[in-house]
Amino acid sequence: MAFTPHHVTETSPRGSSAEFDVERIRRDFPALAQKVHGKPLVYLDNAATSQKPQAVIEAEEHFYRRDCSNIHRGVHELSERATKSYEDARVKAQRFVNAPDSKEIIFVRGATEAINLVAGTFGRKYVQAGDEILITAMEHHSNIVPWQILCEEKGAKLRVAPINDRGELLLAEYEKLLGPKTRLAALVHVSNVLGTINPVREMVESAHRKGIPVLLDGAQAAPHLKVDVQDLDCEFYAFSGHKLYGPTGIGVLYGKAEVLDAMPPYQGGGDMISSVTFEKTIYNSLPYKFEAGTSNIAGGIGLGAAVDYLNGIGMESIAAYEDELLAYATEEISRIPGLRIIGTAEKKAGVISFVMEGIHPHDVGTILDQEGIAVRTGHHCAQPLMERFGIPATTRASLALYNTKREIDTLVMGIQKVKELLG
Amino acid sequence: MADLRGLYQEVILDHSKKPRNYRVMEGADHQAEGYNPLCGDRVTLYVKLENGRITDLSFQGSGCAISTSSASLLTETLKGKTLDEADEMFEKFHALVTGEAEGGQAGDRSLGKLAVFSGVAEFPLRVKCATLAWHTLRSALKGEKVTVSTE
Ligand SMILES: Cc1ncc(COP(=O)(O)O)c(C=O)c1O
Repeated sequence: MAFTPHHVTETSPRGSSAEFDVERIRRDFPALAQKVHGKPLVYLDNAATSQKPQAVIEAEEHFYRRDCSNIHRGVHELSERATKSYEDARVKAQRFVNAPDSKEIIFVRGATEAINLVAGTFGRKYVQAGDEILITAMEHHSNIVPWQILCEEKGAKLRVAPINDRGELLLAEYEKLLGPKTRLAALVHVSNVLGTINPVREMVESAHRKGIPVLLDGAQAAPHLKVDVQDLDCEFYAFSGHKLYGPTGIGVLYGKAEVLDAMPPYQGGGDMISSVTFEKTIYNSLPYKFEAGTSNIAGGIGLGAAVDYLNGIGMESIAAYEDELLAYATEEISRIPGLRIIGTAEKKAGVISFVMEGIHPHDVGTILDQEGIAVRTGHHCAQPLMERFGIPATTRASLALYNTKREIDTLVMGIQKVKELLG
Repeated sequence: MADLRGLYQEVILDHSKKPRNYRVMEGADHQAEGYNPLCGDRVTLYVKLENGRITDLSFQGSGCAISTSSASLLTETLKGKTLDEADEMFEKFHALVTGEAEGGQAGDRSLGKLAVFSGVAEFPLRVKCATLAWHTLRSALKGEKVTVSTE
């Protein structure tokens, strides 16, 4: 099934050079207009999941109202429409990360499944006893546990590249850990706790100099930066739709075609085969080889709409706006006495984790919630990282393209209330 | 912020900042560790028993204001109580913080100081913080060496 790029219908083009009008953008997100505990919602939990623009909600609804049918198998009109929308979405995702070919875009449930897929296929095939997988000290559990499971099964070893007190990777240490036994480096692009943007291009380069393939966990990078997998030259890139203003339950594993082709399939079932007899099954070609069973069709279409939406604004303008907002928030928040920001890397995306003297994050979260402010508190699925900083938990405010300076001011006022109440 | 004041009452703030019976106990008869992975709260409870009566009770750990003060007040309240009385207290406390107490918000008078936790019922996400120490005590008394988790 070939879908050439010019068939792709893109919705709501806006022109990427348009100036960044945050108030107009906010109106695209119906959930933002509500009140919580009688206060206007200030949604600062975007690293957990982002709100969805109307265009995404409508794309899913449109599928269920009009085009609902299974894909790749019907000869009827509805199936043809559904298949086209779904495959168009694949092309949109391909262009979004500048992958050379849409068959290198595998739809999965999210970053977690993407990483598990690589661990369960690439890992199972190439990793043996005594081999090593290299990760960093700032990984999300989803880029730790799949490798631990693999290492346990194979008798391989998980190595961890350390970071400094600002939350920056120690590159010299990382390079030293790239050894003759390293089978894969699995690295987070942007940390969900610290906001650190890792120099992944250089990191891929050093790994490649030693012939080591690289997986990048882009769950927190894809929503905020322009990602170009050809420029990065990584073997794999994983991200989730729901952090990218798209639906939950859909995400992408990008893989270089030649690497994917050499890998065994992930799950067995329908759609991933080209012929089955009881004696022998011939697997389907990419990307279907890795997409067994009925996919999250509506989710894929919704993700396509999210990509269109972001392209309409332009990833460069989004990154520039968020940078400005982050700088403002960092300045305002770090001025609060008794508050310490965890993660002060030189290069950061819109995440501010902090701890307050004598006040537990969980209490901060409850009090902010009463002010209509949604933040996340806890270990953020990065317990080893919490241990590295010697803290049980943090409060995390994470930014999106629709957040405003006024909302940051509300957050700062909320933190003042926390201090009044508990300080 | 009426309901927040209801949650963070003076007694609760006092016990969270100056927890009572906050120490490791030498020669405890029972001990157990409780953990709430959602927020990272940890508590270890130590118990001394004599003829079915709690003669000493202490704790250590790190947690939010609600879980720390709950552990602190638990140790104060249950010292000198029999195991049956402690069990009964737990039932009443649990009913109070989940909003199922008879007699509504004020709860049972026999709860004494523990009644300050009535505000928790309005914050369902914080029930686990309030009950962590209690679940841990129960597991300590059962002699389980395992870590209790409220998730
Ligand atoms: C850095 C990072 N990697 C992976 C994930 C997992 O994403 P998902 O839960 O969508 O699979 C997350 C989600 O929080 C994340 O922040």
